[in-house]
Amino acid sequence: MALTQHDIDREVTELQDAYDKARAGGAPAAHHPPRDYAPYRSSALRHPKQPLVAVHGDPETVELSGPAFGTTDVTALDNDLTKQHHGEPLGERITVSGRLLDGRGRPVRGQLVEVWQANASGRYAHQRDDHPAPLDPNFTGVGRVLTGDDGSYSFTTIKPGAYPWRNHANAWRPAHIHFSLFGDAFTQRLVTQMYFPNDPLFPYDPILRSVTDESARQRLIATYDHDLSQPEFSLGYRWDIVLDGPSATWIEEGR
Amino acid sequence: MSEQSLMETNGTLPPTPSHTVGPFYGYALPFPDGGEIAPAGHPDTITVHGYVYDGAGDPIPDALLEFWQAAPDGSLTGAPGSLRRDPVTGGYYGRNGVDFTGFGRVPTDADGHYAVRTLPPGGAPYLSVCVFARGLLHHLFTRAYLDEPAGDTLLSGLEPARRETLLARAEADKHRTYRFDIHLQGDKETVFLAFD
Ligand SMILES: [Fe+2]
Repeated sequence: MALTQHDIDREVTELQDAYDKARAGGAPAAHHPPRDYAPYRSSALRHPKQPLVAVHGDPETVELSGPAFGTTDVTALDNDLTKQHHGEPLGERITVSGRLLDGRGRPVRGQLVEVWQANASGRYAHQRDDHPAPLDPNFTGVGRVLTGDDGSYSFTTIKPGAYPWRNHANAWRPAHIHFSLFGDAFTQRLVTQMYFPNDPLFPYDPILRSVTDESARQRLIATYDHDLSQPEFSLGYRWDIVLDGPSATWIEEGR
Repeated sequence: MSEQSLMETNGTLPPTPSHTVGPFYGYALPFPDGGEIAPAGHPDTITVHGYVYDGAGDPIPDALLEFWQAAPDGSLTGAPGSLRRDPVTGGYYGRNGVDFTGFGRVPTDADGHYAVRTLPPGGAPYLSVCVFARGLLHHLFTRAYLDEPAGDTLLSGLEPARRETLLARAEADKHRTYRFDIHLQGDKETVFLAFD
């Protein structure tokens, strides 16, 4: 029999309580989700059981540098997901902007930001997405951009819809945009998801809840920013992204 | 959230949490020639290929692998142009056939198999590999060593059976071809790395 939302909620609550108790006892904050998170069923066979092996970087360590991208890797239209077809996509047009920073608050310049998302009705333009919601012939849902000198990025898109999935009976993902980010070092690589404020589905989603630290969860949620909204055009959301992991410049500075 | 509200008192920013790449990255992240890191037709080209397995020993058909490595001269600067785009059609040109970007990205196929063609790195003889998959909430790093350098502190610190998981093996019956499988879990679990 399929697990119910109630079953999942109970597991999520147990893990949340265990984390909160550990924190109260002085354990360090967990900024990332554990790879072994039972309420997200697909993680069961896809997480290592051995501890990670620590690599103490030196300037020769390959992972402390990373791939470079440039103007040939993007086109000027790639950050406007509403302009990829002859017509306008359906949905609520939005502007999503922010800055890409390293852990010291320094802008990550000229790096590649990639996004993908469902359309306004919660359907991906992916052959294996069989959610019976309409595809939009005017929306693919893929974009990319290079960050500016101040680490800034901006996308024009439409607000994605929530969608069902088969983790358990009546499982729904809150609306989100998938992000892929590169830093100056391969160690800083990040793939994550951005959420929209006040989504009623947050408490029920084992993917968001896998981030057990409440303030870390909040960092995945964009802020509505009226100054980013464009008159007669779009609603604005701000989302700054901070990369984890050391880079070669940190080593050189003798952190 | 804004960066002001993120800044902690010690001058560092807490990181944005990772999330799984999910099942539907396939129309967004892979790109043509993603696994063709070596300039087209280069005589030194090697193939590195293998399978990605889960803890039940089943191949994973929806993993995404990224590769980063030194150029043959040992440089770690890379070069732009891995996913060169066509401004006329909005599609992909593919790589320019000349520059060595040091970066590759390939999804596993329906059999859980991947392959990249590249040039042997100068300096330390490994390709850095970053693994993403549906079901994997936070990516994993490993390394595919093309040979076993003396004095490598990572390899020398591992038990032989664990060390074995990082060694890409030359295949006797194939030209300049190395096999490197990745096991996310189980008896043959690959060694995954944390950087500090
Ligand atoms: Fe999604």
